[in-house]
Amino acid sequence: MSAVIIYTAVAIAQFMLVVAMAIAAIRMFRGPRAQDRIIGLDTIYINAMLLLVTFGIGTGRVIYFEAALVIGLLGFVSTVALAKFLMRGEVIE
Amino acid sequence: MIYPAADLSLPIALAVAFFLLVGAALALIGAIGFLRLPTFYERLHAPALGTSWGIGGIMLASMIYFSVASSRLVIHEVLIGIFVTVTTPVTFMLLARAALHRDRTARSHGVPRKYPIGPEERPREDDEPQA
Repeated sequence: MSAVIIYTAVAIAQFMLVVAMAIAAIRMFRGPRAQDRIIGLDTIYINAMLLLVTFGIGTGRVIYFEAALVIGLLGFVSTVALAKFLMRGEVIE
Repeated sequence: MIYPAADLSLPIALAVAFFLLVGAALALIGAIGFLRLPTFYERLHAPALGTSWGIGGIMLASMIYFSVASSRLVIHEVLIGIFVTVTTPVTFMLLARAALHRDRTARSHGVPRKYPIGPEERPREDDEPQA
C-alpha cells in the first residue's frame, strides 16, 4: 500500500516537473529578449535537479542526490556568467 | 545501496507523497506564471516559487523518505536547499540589473527611471528612458 502511494506520487510529480520544463523551454525558444531565455534556462535546470531527486526517491538510490548537487552548482555558475555577459558584453574582463 | 519503498509505514508514505506533490505543483505553477506574465520584470518573480518551496517540498520528501527507509538521520538534502536558497536571489538580481541596463540602453518604454540619490548624482537629460 505505501509503495503504491509513493510510486504514484513520484510518477505524478515527475509528470508535473517535465511539463514545467517543457513550458520553460517554450519560453526559452519564444522569449522576446535574451534575458527571458536565460531565465528559461535557469528554470529548466532547477526543474531537472528536482526531477533527479524524485528519481532518487522512486528508485531508492542515494546516488541521484549527488548528480542533483552537481547540476545545482554548475547551473548557478552558468547563469551568473550569462548575466555578466549580458551586462558587460564579456564574462572575464 | 537500495532502500525499497515497501518497507515504509502508511503515515510516512502519505507525508512523502504530500511533500512531493506540493513541491512539484509549485514548480509547475511557477513555470506557468513564467510563461503567462506579460513583461520581463513580472516574469522574473514566477520561477522563485519553484526555487523556494518547490525545492523545499521535494527535499523534505527526500529527507523523510531516506531517513525512515535507512533508519538513520539523512539530511544531506539540506545542502541543495541552502545552496539554491542562497544563490537564486543572486542570479535573479544580476539578471534584473542586466535587463535594466539593456532596457535603458535600448530606450524602451516602461523602464523605471533612475532616481537621484545625491546632488552630484542627479540624472542628466540623456539618462531619461523616454527622452
